[in-house]
Formats: sequence, C-alpha cells, structure tokens
Amino acid sequence: MSGGVDSSTVAAMLRAEGNNVVGLTMQLWNQRRLSGREGMPEAVHGRCCSLDDVYDARRVAQQIGIPYYVVNHEERFERDVVRPFVEEYLSGRTPIPCSLCNNHLKFDQLLIVAQQIGAEHVATGHYARVSYDEARRRWLLKRPADLSKDQTYFLFGLTQEQLSRTLFPLGDMTKPHVRSLAQRYGLAIAEKPDSQEICFVPGGNYKQFIDAYLAEQGEKLPDTAGELVTTDGDVIGEHTGIHNFTVGQRKRLGVATGSPLYVIQISGANKQVIVGGDEHLYSRTLRARRTNLILVDKLDDPMHVKVKIRHRHEPAPAVIGRSGEDEILVTFDEPQRAITPGQAAVFYDGDIVVGGGWII
Amino acid sequence: MQRVYLDNNATTPVLPEVFDAMRPYFGERFGNASSIHHHGQETRAAVEDARESVAELLGCSASEVVFTSGGTESDNLAIAGWVAAGEHVITSSIEHHAVLHACKHLEKIGCEVSVLPVDGRGLIDPDDVRGALRPSTKLISLMMANNETGVVQPVEEIGKIAAEAQILFHTDAVQAAAKVPIDVRRIGCDALSISGHKIHAPQGVGALYVKKGTRIEPLFHGGRHERSRRAGTENVPGIVGLGKAAQVAKVSMDRGDDKKMAAMRDRLERGIFAHVDEAGVNGQGAPRVPNTTNIHFDHIEGESLVIALDLKGLAVSTGAACSSGAIEPSHVLIAMGLRSERARASIRFSLGKQSKDADIDFAIALVPEAVARLRELSPKYKSPVKAVS
Repeated sequence: MSGGVDSSTVAAMLRAEGNNVVGLTMQLWNQRRLSGREGMPEAVHGRCCSLDDVYDARRVAQQIGIPYYVVNHEERFERDVVRPFVEEYLSGRTPIPCSLCNNHLKFDQLLIVAQQIGAEHVATGHYARVSYDEARRRWLLKRPADLSKDQTYFLFGLTQEQLSRTLFPLGDMTKPHVRSLAQRYGLAIAEKPDSQEICFVPGGNYKQFIDAYLAEQGEKLPDTAGELVTTDGDVIGEHTGIHNFTVGQRKRLGVATGSPLYVIQISGANKQVIVGGDEHLYSRTLRARRTNLILVDKLDDPMHVKVKIRHRHEPAPAVIGRSGEDEILVTFDEPQRAITPGQAAVFYDGDIVVGGGWII
Repeated sequence: MQRVYLDNNATTPVLPEVFDAMRPYFGERFGNASSIHHHGQETRAAVEDARESVAELLGCSASEVVFTSGGTESDNLAIAGWVAAGEHVITSSIEHHAVLHACKHLEKIGCEVSVLPVDGRGLIDPDDVRGALRPSTKLISLMMANNETGVVQPVEEIGKIAAEAQILFHTDAVQAAAKVPIDVRRIGCDALSISGHKIHAPQGVGALYVKKGTRIEPLFHGGRHERSRRAGTENVPGIVGLGKAAQVAKVSMDRGDDKKMAAMRDRLERGIFAHVDEAGVNGQGAPRVPNTTNIHFDHIEGESLVIALDLKGLAVSTGAACSSGAIEPSHVLIAMGLRSERARASIRFSLGKQSKDADIDFAIALVPEAVARLRELSPKYKSPVKAVS
C-alpha cells in the first residue's frame, strides 16, 4: 500500500470480497535525507515514502478495517536500487530504477515478508495481469486492459515463483474505473493525483539527485568530463560529465550547425559523448543481457515477437534469438530510434510478456 | 480472535478502580483546581490527595511532587531545568530517547554531555561515573530501570557519588515505578520521573519528584501552578488517576505482588526456552524489574515476528514503540554489545497487573511455533519464495 489510489482500491476490493487482508507499506527511502542539499527541494509532500503517504495508507487500512504495518527496507532499497541508479548514470547508461525495485523489493523482499507473516499472496495496484497456463504449465504475465497504464514493461524480471504468489486485481480495469471504485468505497484518497516520477527523485531532476546523493555519501562526483565527438570522430566541443546525457537527447551547441544534433552514444570508457544527426539514432539490432524469460523456459529457437525498448514506446516487430550464455539478440523489422543502453528490452507475444533483458 | 497483551512497557490499561476514581472528575467535579469557588476547591482537594499518594509511592513529601503531562515532559523538565550553557551532564547510552534527545538539545546550546557505556548485562559501572566527573559537571541523569530490558541500575551508588561531588542526580524511573519499591531518600536523587500510563493510569499525565530546596527552571511559562514549576491548568482527571494508580501500586508491592509477577515472567521464559533453541535473555545476570523479559531469537527478523504474532493475537514489541518502521536496531541492545543481527532478532515481553496465567500459556503456545516458521524461511535477503502450484 503506497497511499495511492491503485493500491488502496486493491486493498478495499480484496477486503470486500471477504479475503483475509493485511496492509503493508514498505518504507524504502527517507525523503528528508537529501532535502536542502545541492538545490534539492526542502519539504517533500506527497512523495512515495513520505510521512503523508504512510499516513494515507494507514488511514485507508483503518477505513476498510484491515491490520496495517510499515516495514522498513531502506537499506536494501539503497543497495539494490539507488546505488545502481547512480552508478548506471555515471557509466553512461540510462537506468530504470522501477524495474529494479520490482525485482528486488516489491516482488522479492515483500514476498519474503508476506511469507514470514503467514500470507499466501501479495496483491499490488500494478496494471498488469497474471494467470496460470495449464497447457504450458507456466505462470504468464500479460498486458492489462488499460494499455495506457500498462506497467508490464517494469515487471519483465518476475520469476515463476514470484508470479505464482502475485495478484494484480486491477489488470482488467481502466484507471477511471478504479477511481470511481475508490470513490464508491468512500476512500479518502480517491481524488489523489497519480505519482508519475521516480519515487526517490522529487521533481525529476536526476542530476541534482546524483550530486546531492554523492555529497551526502561523502563521495566526489567522478570526473567524467570529456569530449563531444561527431560520428566521424571529429571533436567539436567538451562536456562536463557523461551522466548529463541520455541517448536521443537533442544537443544544443549554441552554434548554428544546420541540422540538429542528437546524442547517439555515450562512451563511459573514454568519456566521450558522440553526437550526430537524427539518422544516426536508428538501429535495427540490440543485445540484451541478464535476461528473464516468462512465457517460455528457454529460447532455443528464434521467435517473432514485438519489443518495447522503453516504457513509452509502441512494441515493434522483431526476431529474438539467443546470442550468448545470457544474451539475446533482437533484430527489428524496422530500424528503431534511440536504443538506449541501461533501458530494458521487453518482448511481447500479443499481450503476453515473453520476457526481457537489459540493453547493453 | 483471542487477544493477549504482553506489551505493558509500551503502555498499560487503566485499572477499573483507577477509572472509577477518575470518573466524577469528568462530569460532576469539573472545576479548575485553581478557582476559588466550591468547584475549584473540590478539584483542588482531589489534586492534592493524588499528590500525597504519589509522594507515598516515592517516599517524599507532597510538596516535592510536580505533575506533568508524562514521563517525557518530566525528563525534559529535569534536564533542561537545571543545566545552563557551559555546564556538563553525564548520562548513559541506554537512556530513553526523551533523556538522550533532551541532552542532545543541551549540546546545541553549549553544554557538554558524556554518554557512559554499559556492560554486556546492560549495567552502568559507578566507577565510570566517577571517572567522568569534571569541575563543570552539573547533573547526572541515569535511568533506574530500562524500558527495553527491564535491567535495574545501581542508583543508590550513583546517588552517593553525586552527593559526594555535590552535583544533581536525576533518574528516569518511568519503568521502575510500581514494579520495584522506590525511596528517593535512599536513592539520594534530586529528581525522579514517573509516567501515568506505565502504571495503569491514563496517558497524558506523569510526575517529577524535585528535592526540596532545588530551584528548577520551568519548561512552560504561564501561571504559577505546581509552585511555579509547571504552568498550565491541572489535568484533574489524569492526576486523580495517577494518584489512585500510585496508591494501588504501593499496596500491591507491600503485599508482595511483584514476586508473583516475577514468577509469571520466569515461567514465560522457561516455557519459551523449553521449545526454542538459539535464544536467550538480553540482560541475563543483571537485576531486572519483575515484569520484563527481552529475548533474542537468532536467525530471524524481530519485526516480522512481532507482526506474525500480532496477526495471531499476541501483542509484544521489538523495543521502543514506533509505527513508522524505524531502521536502526535498538540503541539499548547495541549499547549492550549485541551484534546488529541479534539486536534485530530481539523481542520484548512485558507483563501488567492484569496479566493472567492463561496469557502466559497463550504466549508459550504461540511463540516457539512462530519462531520455527520464520527460521524455515531464513536466511534473509535470499529469495526462499516457494512456488504455489
């Protein structure tokens, strides 16, 4: 229970159905740690893990009459989500903390706590569907009814064990329907706006966050300043740190160069940011590592699927095949724009999630 | 669901006789105890009766009792009330946060604070107190009994040291009152805190013993209530409740009920240890108040055990009460030298006057099973999630 509309409605729904429900909030990040540092905003209201959100979650639990607890896993969150987030950026990649949080906290640590307190399943407010396929003898993850809220992109890492203990009651519902249900249940948070950003980066300024976090840790921001280079290898300028860039970003150089320049590639090794015209942003292949397969157990033969390379992306037709011990090569039918290392490549067969991996 | 409450160090239920004593003061006898008319005289009498009962419990005179809103206020009053910038305070690493943070605040205004360690049993060494004395030392604040472990400190020895050095001695007796006899003259303290809701009186009332002749700077400025030591209209019903609870406690201790309490607590320990291995009492070997036992169950997460037990109807805690998911393991257990994992694997059971043998039976039946279940699911942070078909 995050104190938001989705998880609150799930709790109310399950309780109304007569289930034995316990509400749990995971305290994952202390919003006050970095407030005020390096320009970070001071008071942080209504951010996930703020006292306000715990208060909201608790009040909903009290309203619907279920036991409610807060469990603290700040240490694990910092180790498995925040640190990697910072390190990915500093290495020139664009991370997805939400997937890491799902893999390590929401569907691992939380499932452990659930088992410890005697619960059989964990239900969340994610827009996704899970079901058991008798024929394949596998748990399947599928896209939800409301594709505009589809969160399956962030859930590609879920294992069979995790899926077998997970419930997604909102999978067949649209967001407006969920809100009206919340209103019908009389939940105080029915009108609460959705949180859209990364929960531990209030305001969305991840560069500020990285500066503040490293300062708090007493670590120096590594010097990744280097050269701005064209795709032909010509040095055309300098930059102050590779973490300031992301693939596909439009780079304004302050000098009229005719056509716009985009970040094509970020090279952590030699601290170069390679820029080029729009046409250089397109590629037909990508490699994904640390893969997880859901629909199938292994990928012996190539498969025709559709692939998402970021959350906001229309799944594009491609062929996937094993290209290494833990590597999948994705070959798109059409070149895709701004394939970004650090993001996930998630494979779909219709609305079924085949699996996914991290783009290298 | 049957519910058994073994978290009396967090708070206690108001005894029926205490509630009965309080009842008239919500309705018929409602006057402001400082009013000169009949209604005020009535409640003034009740407040002063209560004051005498508290004085009897503590072995002091009524004029030495200051009513406050609880243990935290009493601690703050004693610490802020006597120490000025530049002065030195001695306290211990196992104090309640009310004392520790009040001392931290003193540091902000230019005082120095020495925080003394405890040994593996949770006991302070009086020699450490002697060693910490300086010419600028003004106050020693050392708790009489610890809220998490129940360990009782050698307060009389500390009192002697303070007297010799001519410095003030405050003791937080919130967890000692009504459990062990208290005699402020024997202890030799200049101030002593108690809290109503730990002794079967309501929340929101407490008291501070302040030795006659000691000037104390009030926290609250306003009227001259409590001999100008604590401004604010008296919480008459609360104070009446505190007085009655103090009376009940004195009678009960004189009757030897504390020994019966200790026997129940000991039976709980034996019952648990008979069915759980790799577990032990934190504070073993130290004198303890009769109602408390703090037990570590290795290889589990205490927080999960508390939740699992709560869902089965047994209320206990991992130490100080905090519902926002505190991250640090108990500072008391860490100060006693417990490894972080063991501190986090510790649970506090604390009995109250209303606790029955059946409650102990209930706990003995539930706890070993819950611990065994959690141990099956260990180790932490690996995914031992078993698939459900």
